[in-house]
Amino acid sequence: MSSPSLLPMHNGRAVERGAVPRLSLEDFRTAAIEAPERGARIASLFGTGAATGGVELFLVLACDEDGRLEVGSTHLESDAYPAITPECPEAHLFEREIAEQWGIRPVGHPWLKPVRFVPPQRVGADPFGFGKGPPVVGVTDFYRVEGEEVHEVAVGPVHAGVIEPGHFRFQCFGEQVLHLEISLGYQHRGVERALVGGPTPRSIHYAETLAGDTTVGHAIAYCQLVEALSGCSVSARAHAIRGIALELERLANHTGDLGALAGDVGYLPTASYCGRLRGEFLNLSAEMCGSRFGRSLVRPGGVAFDIDPERAVRMRQRLDAAVRDTNDATQLLWSTASVQARFEDTGRVSADTAKSLGMVGPAARASGLSRDARRDHPTGIFRFAQIPVPVLSSGDVYARAQIRGLEIERSAVFIRETLRALPASAGIRAPVSALAPMRFCASLVEGWRGELCHVALTDESGRFQSYKVVDPSFHNWTGVAMALRDEQISDFPLCNKSFNLSYCGHDL
Amino acid sequence: MLKLLLTRARQGSRTSRFPAEAPVLPDRFRGPPLIDATKCADGCRACAEACPTQAIRFDERGPEVDLGRCLFCADCESVCPTGAITHSKEYRLAARSRDDLLFRNEMKPRAAALDAAMRRLFGRSLKLRQVSAGGCNGCEADVNVLSTIVFDLGRFGIQIVASPRHADGLLITGPVTANMKLALQKTYEAVPAPKIVIAVGACAISGGPYIGHPEAGNGADSVVPVDLYIPGCPPHPFTILDGLLRLLGKIDENGTALATK
Repeated sequence: MSSPSLLPMHNGRAVERGAVPRLSLEDFRTAAIEAPERGARIASLFGTGAATGGVELFLVLACDEDGRLEVGSTHLESDAYPAITPECPEAHLFEREIAEQWGIRPVGHPWLKPVRFVPPQRVGADPFGFGKGPPVVGVTDFYRVEGEEVHEVAVGPVHAGVIEPGHFRFQCFGEQVLHLEISLGYQHRGVERALVGGPTPRSIHYAETLAGDTTVGHAIAYCQLVEALSGCSVSARAHAIRGIALELERLANHTGDLGALAGDVGYLPTASYCGRLRGEFLNLSAEMCGSRFGRSLVRPGGVAFDIDPERAVRMRQRLDAAVRDTNDATQLLWSTASVQARFEDTGRVSADTAKSLGMVGPAARASGLSRDARRDHPTGIFRFAQIPVPVLSSGDVYARAQIRGLEIERSAVFIRETLRALPASAGIRAPVSALAPMRFCASLVEGWRGELCHVALTDESGRFQSYKVVDPSFHNWTGVAMALRDEQISDFPLCNKSFNLSYCGHDL
Repeated sequence: MLKLLLTRARQGSRTSRFPAEAPVLPDRFRGPPLIDATKCADGCRACAEACPTQAIRFDERGPEVDLGRCLFCADCESVCPTGAITHSKEYRLAARSRDDLLFRNEMKPRAAALDAAMRRLFGRSLKLRQVSAGGCNGCEADVNVLSTIVFDLGRFGIQIVASPRHADGLLITGPVTANMKLALQKTYEAVPAPKIVIAVGACAISGGPYIGHPEAGNGADSVVPVDLYIPGCPPHPFTILDGLLRLLGKIDENGTALATK
């Protein structure tokens, strides 16, 4: 069922900005609130400065079953509006972000706190009632549980491992975690702001470093936008090479995660083997483009490096060896009782919770939600090649680990087949012309963590007037907090690693 | 148990023989850009204009590349109209000073070892605390792999530790965002003196892709003194390992392993 008020459109297609319906605030709210009932979910919800003054909000819904996106906007006349979150929880972080960036207060928001601790882009705005001074990172009104034997544990921003910074507050009763609050923003580099006015020579590098472990995914999301906005047609061969790179990224990260999960329950064989095997997949990316993270491979118009026949053979041989060893190493996990005892029933997130939070990626699929942008909103090679989407229902660490194991197998098959039959098109990189003025475009890519969503608006001269990035971590961080409820504080590393979310992808 | 032993046998021994043997890098690996100025067209600045981080500069002596800013991305190579730019395969890039990263087709002397007194302290046991201060998780990931069986950092007496109180120094990644500046300063202060600081990656050296952003600083040395710079975006793990071993005087100029006392 489509919304009567929103514009249906497709992933990676540009429309004229005039075609995006400007709704009344009431209709806009209704469209967001009723989305879950219609089987739609919020892919992006953001503000931008309106030409006529004030702030314009944009809503991008993903209707997965119909393979369609729906968009609409509304113009806010005042500094406040009735919050969407109380009736549609998946909007909660988006509305906090709008408050922080634009100084707009969503009245009735149950959890109105800064997201990244940055000053609003509008002078004089004070959405959180901080008074005059700029926000100070980590200083906010943390949720507290009161009680005689209740204690609070604060961790971070600097953590014990080689890991990005973030602050975690646990409300504990003995070992039991009653509530975990996650406060981020330490990695904020101002990427979205810097993308405005582009494209510039730096733009693709911003995309590649939004989350360095998702270099290929974010680069494809960015390039899809640029290609749609400039009317550029990418060759089938380039699409295939992008697909191989995206799935290699998934293999490397999933393998690394399974190793790290094994390490977190003290099962060192798989931890050691997967630590090495992750590198084998990264080295396959380097075989393609010289960089273990796939840097400089994906470029607007296609890809910068071809795969010659000898290279394809070499890559297939190395892939087969690495996948064989990976399956060997991960089988140990599923057959070792001490591992299973720790994975099973730990960090459970129910399907209802996952759905109401708008979770995406392997974490959503482990909780019974069948969501995958490669299947639901296919672009590039995924219009022709379908990768089966595994779904489990237990929503625990075990399911999140098992999903990764299954996805490794499926992605490896895809890479092998694609390497065997690379489309023989003339070029790998088409020329890209200037972006069309006054356009709107949304681009979704299923990265290894889940759905990446980039949305761009161009101005009258074809520059980015607004550029919005949603990393899957943005949807899923609250899932980590929910997974910890009633668990032991000592299980935090395990639960956290089973999501392995990005700090920089969230903080931008 | 039997299954585990069989798996163990199949997985084999995988630790690299570096530094006794040079690492095998992929054929498309990109080291520093080499610019053959004799091929440059008059007044052509295409490479400098295409460079995302303004790493290429022209003066009366010709082009100069700041490896501290370079993302090793090949954007310069792809726009050069005369094919004057190629990328070397050099991976040994660490330097002790920022100036030593200014590159004119030839590496300046590679990173020198710490002085004798510091080597006596840290030469056989160096504990580092890693701080990500706005890093994209690329450098962090390739620091992390040093602890895997392939690189096995522990065999050189180097270890990443959980607390600055246990550390002899910091290994910093990221441009040092405004929101991480205080945390970095506090972590630095928590490390007992004498201490060393290692900046890994273009961000930590110069700000990298975020040079000039008010939200992100222009590298670690604006906040703390830096003893070793390891360029790259991210640097290859062997580039990082090579830098660490040079700092501790465990390999000589050419990369030959030295016996440590």
